Amino acid sequence: MIDVLLIVFIITLFYLSIANRLLSYTKVLAVQGVLLFFVVFLQLNEINTLNLVLIMLETIVFKAVAVPMFLAYLLRRNNITREAEPYLPNFVSLLITTAIVIATILLSNSIKDTHLDKMFFVVALSTIFSGLYIIASRRKIITHVMGYMIIENGVFVLSLAVGNEMPHLVNLGIMLDIFASVLILGIFLNKIGDVFKDVDVEQLTNLKDY
Amino acid sequence: MIGIYLIGAFSIVIGLFFIRNKQLTFGLLGLFLVLQWILTFYSYNNLRSTDLTYFTYDSLAFLLLVTMSIISVAAIFHSHIYLEDQPAPPETRSIYYASIVLLITAISAGYLANHIAVTWIFTEITTLSASALIYHHRNKLALEGTWKYVFICAISITFVFIGILFLSLALEQAGSQDLSYTNLVTNSAKLNPFWLRLAFLFIFTGFTAKLGLVPMFTAGIDAKDKAPAPVGALLSSVLMNLGFVGIFRFYIVVANTPLHHWANMVIGIAAFLSVFVSTVYMIKVKNIKRMLAYSGIEHMGLVMLGVAAGGVGYYAAILHIILHAFVKSSLFLQFTQLYRVFQNKSIYNVGNYFKYNTAGAMVLLTGFISATAMPPSGLFVSEFMIFRSLFEAKQIIVLAALLLLLTIIIWAFGKNILKILFVPPVDFDDSNVPKISPWESLSQFVLLALAIYLGLNPPAELVELIKESIMLLPQ
Repeated sequence: MIDVLLIVFIITLFYLSIANRLLSYTKVLAVQGVLLFFVVFLQLNEINTLNLVLIMLETIVFKAVAVPMFLAYLLRRNNITREAEPYLPNFVSLLITTAIVIATILLSNSIKDTHLDKMFFVVALSTIFSGLYIIASRRKIITHVMGYMIIENGVFVLSLAVGNEMPHLVNLGIMLDIFASVLILGIFLNKIGDVFKDVDVEQLTNLKDY
Repeated sequence: MIGIYLIGAFSIVIGLFFIRNKQLTFGLLGLFLVLQWILTFYSYNNLRSTDLTYFTYDSLAFLLLVTMSIISVAAIFHSHIYLEDQPAPPETRSIYYASIVLLITAISAGYLANHIAVTWIFTEITTLSASALIYHHRNKLALEGTWKYVFICAISITFVFIGILFLSLALEQAGSQDLSYTNLVTNSAKLNPFWLRLAFLFIFTGFTAKLGLVPMFTAGIDAKDKAPAPVGALLSSVLMNLGFVGIFRFYIVVANTPLHHWANMVIGIAAFLSVFVSTVYMIKVKNIKRMLAYSGIEHMGLVMLGVAAGGVGYYAAILHIILHAFVKSSLFLQFTQLYRVFQNKSIYNVGNYFKYNTAGAMVLLTGFISATAMPPSGLFVSEFMIFRSLFEAKQIIVLAALLLLLTIIIWAFGKNILKILFVPPVDFDDSNVPKISPWESLSQFVLLALAIYLGLNPPAELVELIKESIMLLPQ
């Protein structure tokens, strides 16, 4: 069952690479959040209430509801045009994402470590690298934020790959990460929307050496 | 003590955030500086002891903490002058002071942390507080600088977190879960090399955003350019040292494994590229603050080359990073006065500084001599030792290329600084240049004098402490 969920997760990455509208990005992020929740729920064999509440907070509340809603709100508020405007055609994006997934599968096959769940490892690494690719290949600042959120999801899967019993500090780290990403990125995106009218990275090229 | 310090400092931050009254603000800032110095003295009296499980007053942390406390006094003093000169709305002022105190607190705690996850948390808090400071001017350019800084730092900090996850995988094989540096060093023989390699790559890349090294150095440059100069002084000295602490403490772990040689190569390549990149930009740069920031990249490249070369290079790296903090912060603090005279930060529009502010010009000249490591600068001593360590490591080609690059940097840096000092600016109306009190330069002279004194005649205690901080490295 977990494997099925993880494969669906990979499929969301393929979908992201060809998605055209920004709203579908937010929807995919929400779907990823829900998927992550079920993965964690099935993965942890003994759950105490505190841990469950924490994980609920991280996945359902933050990743599946709050962040996508906030991003959708930003899209409306700043009147951002609805296309993602990638630098490369969607077909190339799809090819690159496929290449990333294949490369991580090859990499994970070369690892001989019994402690590691390879399925998680493949999903985590391909999510992180697709996130980086989305950041690099899209023109709008808000897609950069979405790419960052995808990387965060990858990191979350990776922390599941590392072990069922996460040390409390790592848990705390994830919370802080969410805190930082939502707070800093959200607030500044708000400000950037006010100051620059259409939010495009090309407008952020005024800092120069001379 | 660290508990009292953190609680006290965070309450002061909250107080500064809400209080708009000037006298009360100064009172709180004074109180914070007292608290900072109490922590420093306490850590001296309790060297090598652990506090609250996650903090240890070890020699490296103590050395950097003293550096920090000295620079923070000057930075807060100059922040006051800066905000008097360019008055900001009361709430902007409050945010400024609250963030600067939060930044200093987070950096101090980051130095003292003995657990890699705790270092990580405090590094994240520095991003948060620094971004509020960079956005101080609330204009388009400041926003652009802040955005770039926040975004690159957020990604870097995620990289560090990924590295920590890989590290815990590496540690699992040793049958342990404790990610404190001491436990990592104890178990270093049993760490899984494959995961350790990945962990090192990610953690190193992540911390380069704070240290200012290839590949993540770009964020820091924009930040130091857009932040008010007293903040730039902190960002380009003590915050870089925090990045160094993050890398160096983990490097000690890796150095005790068979991966030592490989890690040296990774660090060496990144460090050499940093010197190269800073050389290229130094030739072109016309913005004084960015020029100083690129010079910082060059120095961090040198420091990490010393670490990569090993031997006497370890000692030189620690000495260099302390002395560089004093020199670079004094240059940034001097910039506030320079800006008051010329109201411009392009090298084209400033000049003949000796005529307008003699004491400040002396700071700039001495700072230039110090930063380019000409005698009697203390950096000359440490840089010389770094060259020697490269020579002893039989890296003659690297050394030759490095010396060539440094010569170009001295030429580019000197050309710009001497233009600022002696060549009259074109179309500059000097009828209403403000008179600047020479006393304002005093703090910078003290910092520069410290850098010279500690380099040329290091007290026996300093030498002992530096030797102790590199004790765990294979000699």
